[in-house]
Amino acid sequence: MFALELVLTESWYLVLAAMLFSIGAAGLMIRRNLLVMFMCVELMLNAVNLSFVAFARGLDDVGGQAVVFFVLVVAAAEVVVGLGIIVAIMRRRQGSTADDISLMRG
Amino acid sequence: MGAVLGSEAAGSRAVPLLAVLILLPFAGAALIGLVPRSRSEFFRPIAILTSVATGALSVYLLTQFDRDSAAYQFTIDHAWISDLGVRLHFGVDGISLFLLVLSGIMFPIAILAVKPHGDQKAYYAWMLVLMAGSMGVFTALDMLVFFVFFEIVLVPMYFLIGIWGYGERVYAATKFFLFTMFGSAFMLVGMIALAVLHQRETGSPLTFDIVTLATDQAVSTTAARWIFVAFAIAFAVKVPVFPLHTWLPDAHTQAPTAGSVILAAILLKFGTYGYLRFGLYLLPDAAAWAAPVMLTLGVIGITYGAICAAMQKDLKRLVAYSSIAHLGFIVLGTFSLTVQGITGGLLVMVNHGIATGALFLLVGIIYDRRHTRIIAELGGMQKAAPLLAGVFTFVMMASVGLPGLNGFPGEFLSLLGAFKGGRWWGVVAVTGVILAALYLLWAYQRVFHGPASGGNATMRDMDLKEFAVFVPLIGLIVFLGLFPGPMIETMEPSVKALVAHVQESSDNARADQPDIEKADVDNAEASASEHGSGTEGSAGSGASEGSSSGSGATSGEGHG
Amino acid sequence: MELVWLIPALPVAGFLLLLAVGRKLDEPFAGVIGTLAVAGSFLVSCVVALDLMSQPEEKRQFVQTLWVWMPVGSFHVDFGFLLDPLSITMCLFITGIGALIHLYSIGYMKGDPAFGKFFMYLNLFVASMLLLVLGQNLLVTFLGWEGVGACSYWLISFWFDDKANATAGKKAFVTNRIGDCGFMLGTFLVWVTVGSIDYVEIGRSAGAVVGATATAVALLFFLAATGKSAQLPLFVWLPDAMAGPTPVSALIHAATMVTSGVFLLSRLSPIMEHAGWANDVIAWVGAATALLAAGAAVAQNDIKKVLAYSTVSQLGFMFIAIGSYNYTGAIFHMITHAFFKALLFLGAGSVILAMAHEQDMRRYGNLRKYIPVTFVTVGIGWLAISGIPPFAGFWSKDEILAGAWAVDGYGPALWAVGFVTAILTAFYMTRLMIMTFFGGVENWRNPELLADAEPEVPLGADADAVEGADGTGAEATLAHAATATDTHDDHHAHDEHHGLTPDHTPVESPTTMLVPLIVLAGLALIGGLLNLPFSHRLHFLKEWIHPVIVGEHELPEAAVLWVLAIVAITGAVVGIFFAYRVYQQRKVDPAKLEKPVLAHAWYIDDTYAAVVGGPGEAAFQGAADFDAGIVDGAVLGVAHGTDAAAKVLKPVQSGIVRTYAAGVAIGTVALAVFVIMRMGF
Repeated sequence: MFALELVLTESWYLVLAAMLFSIGAAGLMIRRNLLVMFMCVELMLNAVNLSFVAFARGLDDVGGQAVVFFVLVVAAAEVVVGLGIIVAIMRRRQGSTADDISLMRG
Repeated sequence: MGAVLGSEAAGSRAVPLLAVLILLPFAGAALIGLVPRSRSEFFRPIAILTSVATGALSVYLLTQFDRDSAAYQFTIDHAWISDLGVRLHFGVDGISLFLLVLSGIMFPIAILAVKPHGDQKAYYAWMLVLMAGSMGVFTALDMLVFFVFFEIVLVPMYFLIGIWGYGERVYAATKFFLFTMFGSAFMLVGMIALAVLHQRETGSPLTFDIVTLATDQAVSTTAARWIFVAFAIAFAVKVPVFPLHTWLPDAHTQAPTAGSVILAAILLKFGTYGYLRFGLYLLPDAAAWAAPVMLTLGVIGITYGAICAAMQKDLKRLVAYSSIAHLGFIVLGTFSLTVQGITGGLLVMVNHGIATGALFLLVGIIYDRRHTRIIAELGGMQKAAPLLAGVFTFVMMASVGLPGLNGFPGEFLSLLGAFKGGRWWGVVAVTGVILAALYLLWAYQRVFHGPASGGNATMRDMDLKEFAVFVPLIGLIVFLGLFPGPMIETMEPSVKALVAHVQESSDNARADQPDIEKADVDNAEASASEHGSGTEGSAGSGASEGSSSGSGATSGEGHG
Repeated sequence: MELVWLIPALPVAGFLLLLAVGRKLDEPFAGVIGTLAVAGSFLVSCVVALDLMSQPEEKRQFVQTLWVWMPVGSFHVDFGFLLDPLSITMCLFITGIGALIHLYSIGYMKGDPAFGKFFMYLNLFVASMLLLVLGQNLLVTFLGWEGVGACSYWLISFWFDDKANATAGKKAFVTNRIGDCGFMLGTFLVWVTVGSIDYVEIGRSAGAVVGATATAVALLFFLAATGKSAQLPLFVWLPDAMAGPTPVSALIHAATMVTSGVFLLSRLSPIMEHAGWANDVIAWVGAATALLAAGAAVAQNDIKKVLAYSTVSQLGFMFIAIGSYNYTGAIFHMITHAFFKALLFLGAGSVILAMAHEQDMRRYGNLRKYIPVTFVTVGIGWLAISGIPPFAGFWSKDEILAGAWAVDGYGPALWAVGFVTAILTAFYMTRLMIMTFFGGVENWRNPELLADAEPEVPLGADADAVEGADGTGAEATLAHAATATDTHDDHHAHDEHHGLTPDHTPVESPTTMLVPLIVLAGLALIGGLLNLPFSHRLHFLKEWIHPVIVGEHELPEAAVLWVLAIVAITGAVVGIFFAYRVYQQRKVDPAKLEKPVLAHAWYIDDTYAAVVGGPGEAAFQGAADFDAGIVDGAVLGVAHGTDAAAKVLKPVQSGIVRTYAAGVAIGTVALAVFVIMRMGF
């Protein structure tokens, strides 16, 4: 019979963004499947987007929201190039993981 | 004296001669680059024409040079990177003049004497770039401009050795490039430090101009010494000075003939010129402070270089080590800080270029005939090739320092200066003449004397075309040996001004300076004022200098 | 007197002409050109000398400056000539004897493929020698000094096919260079003290050079003299130099070049005067050299080697004179020695040619029957060098011995050494005469004696073998064992043992060779007239040279002179007689006298060879190895070190993306922590 007062303040969004970011970072470091790693990168980017918007709202600065557009464009371009590379790699050998692609070693 | 040093001759020419001198070879190289490979017969003529034109221009410069002035002549001063205070400042004085002319003479000869195998286009283009770079180095009066030209010549030389060289060429080229660049890194740091400290001390805007920095002498003594050390390392690699010399034998041996000639005749002089311009002129007090060490290194170069030369099994490597020995004389003369020593050093610079350049050409001919440079495989060649033997003897005697040939005045004056400025260094250095005779005559004996067999007995002698290349060199060897007077007199004002400059600045910094003869400053001032007063004046000054040299001798003895 | 420049100019012109066309000329022409050039020079010298003599005594000094050589601040040197009694005297006998030897060479070098080249070098040599003596300052003298050294090198190794000749030439040049160090240092010291290296200036300001400086200068120039004039310790090149053609030995190594040291020290008499104990050193080194060389000459079998050691010995006499402030004596002996030593060498050349290039005296004998003119002229030379009056050698040697006797303190001891040397001189020269011209037995007729191959190859350094090894043995070749170059005038046209067969009949040499012999014999006979001690007027040379020389000491008075003279003559006769007993009468076994230690010249040269070839060469090789191994090794070490460091760091670049990502993450966290800590709370 208790009524919980849930006021969504700015910090909730930031916490969410942080959690999303860490999930993405952890996933990037742990997972070996290329597509999954890619999805994690996207997750991180969007987490950052979320935090930008939150701050923009909180600090009353539209600039933060403008940055989101930059990030979205960059993410899109990156997806195009990255998926192309991943598809090319996958075609050569089925089931390649990130650890197999080490041509850039010193 | 500072005013005389720093001032520039009024009325620079309408046509900027120095700019033409530097740009003409660049233009030639560009032209070669534009000519398609299908027309390969054009490469050599373009290269010859350009280099001869530049050489002729440098000789013209010599004739137009004002013999009585110690100032920089034919100057060009143009803004370049104003925010950093870097200007395109070029000029010639008595010290750099003959190095310019030497470059102008040796490049055409090197290009004419040798036809390269392999890719002709790139070869000639690189040679011309080298020539332009050399002209730039000797005339630059701004530190960064000097640095640019100093480094520019590394690339062509690297390719010349690495592509057109002999067996171990890539190793030698890489070693040469990296080693020299290592030294230059120190030089860059020193230059920047000098400019920044100068700005801090004087409050004037940042400048890299050599003349300004030298005249102001604003940097503190300790800082100046550190900066000198930085420069000294760079030039020590270039000269080369023991123990930073080991790139030279490999580079010289593996380089193609023309490359060796240019390397010995011109590129090594960058280092010795650097000591004069950046050591004595820019940082005189530090130079005086470092003189004992440099004198020691010079003596080591003379003796150690000769000893190592004697034991070499490859003829070209032997000549390479002989270069180390000769440049030891230059270092010795330069850091004796006397008029005689510095003049001697400059004379050796020019004369070593001619004589050792000729020696490398001769070794090239021998290799061309016999396809070996190993002394043990050669022998008794005088019988089959008397003309080659004759020219070799002649050039060898010039290298040994036989009086009457061009090697002698420089060596003698360097030793004289060393004896005057640092007695015991001079005494030890004199033994170098024994060693020079030893390794050269022994090499000659093994290569030309004795019985001949196999290829040595049937080899083709030097033909007239090849001999034609040597004619100007032989002429110069004789002329500069018997008549070094005009050359000495042309350099005289600049050298005397330099010595006085060093004397002054060291006096400012320290009260007692046992290395430098007080007498010489008095002589420098006295002679400079009576320059041109004829035999009377020289007789009179002879008497007065007798007594002042006497007191100088005692102070020298106090140090020695 | 203005013509003085012509004196060296004519041989220079001869040299240049022969350089250009010498090879193409038919045989005697090159020789004629060479001879004419030097003869012309002699004529000019006579004219100039007469001109000088006609001047009053104070005015006998003429400086002719041709151009400014090195005007470097306070070091101002001109290229020019100083004409005075000393220099013109030198010119006269250099050009005179030089011309005679050129004439002789036309006959001697007949048939040699490099005929023209020979005369080219000879002319250049005479020109350099003239520059040496005519120079107005130390530097022009040095130009000539080194010039004669270079020409000596070229002429000794003239027949370069034979390695031994080449080695001898190189040895001469390098050994001389050691002396040249002394010359240069002496010049420097003089300049620093006096302010000029002009002889006139030095003469004027002699007061400036005193005490330790003067001693140092004297010793330094004496070092130069020991090199050029073959004294202890640098004489070792002269016996080896006999590898050159005989005219070369005559001109360079007897009459002219080797006298340069004596001339130099005489020129510097203003400084020598104050040099104190340096003069004692000079006198005693000269005495020691004279004695040791005379001893060595006793045991030599090569005719030229005997004369070579004899030259070293006679030069020792000249330095005894210099050291005893008896410059006139030194110069007088220099002139007479030039006469009779050139005569002896040319005569030896005549004998060698007659004997088909055989030089070993043990194969001679009784030659007076076959080559009478040579015999008579060489005989005159023998009497002259032995010190028998009235021949020239007696007067000059006696003057030196008298001057030595007069020295304070050790005079008589010095005289004694000289006296013993004189006896030895008479002995070994008589030995040479007997073995060559007398002896009663014509040794070459005996096949057994002919068949002996090279019995004189030394026990020590087998120099050829050492040379043969590819380029090792640098210094062993430098100090080539003295007697190893017993090998003969290696003439191209002739082979081993040079065509000497048991039925060989020696013939007299051609006229071009005999004329110089006769002229020189005449000079050896009357040369004493130059400087007879009986009165001042007859003491011509002394009076002539006197104004140029400073600090000359007087000879003892007449009575002492007579006694010393008689003792000397007695000693000479004793030496001759003893040699007669040993070699002609065979009353004493020669082997008792000709000990190996003498034959090897007291093993001095062998010691040098051992030191230089052994530890010397090892040290040089050590330096070269040090350079290649350690110095270069340091450079390569840096390169390898960089390489090694790179290899250590390489694993970081694994190419595995996840590792990179982990790295980025950790780095970011660390950075964030750092920033937060810095910002504080």
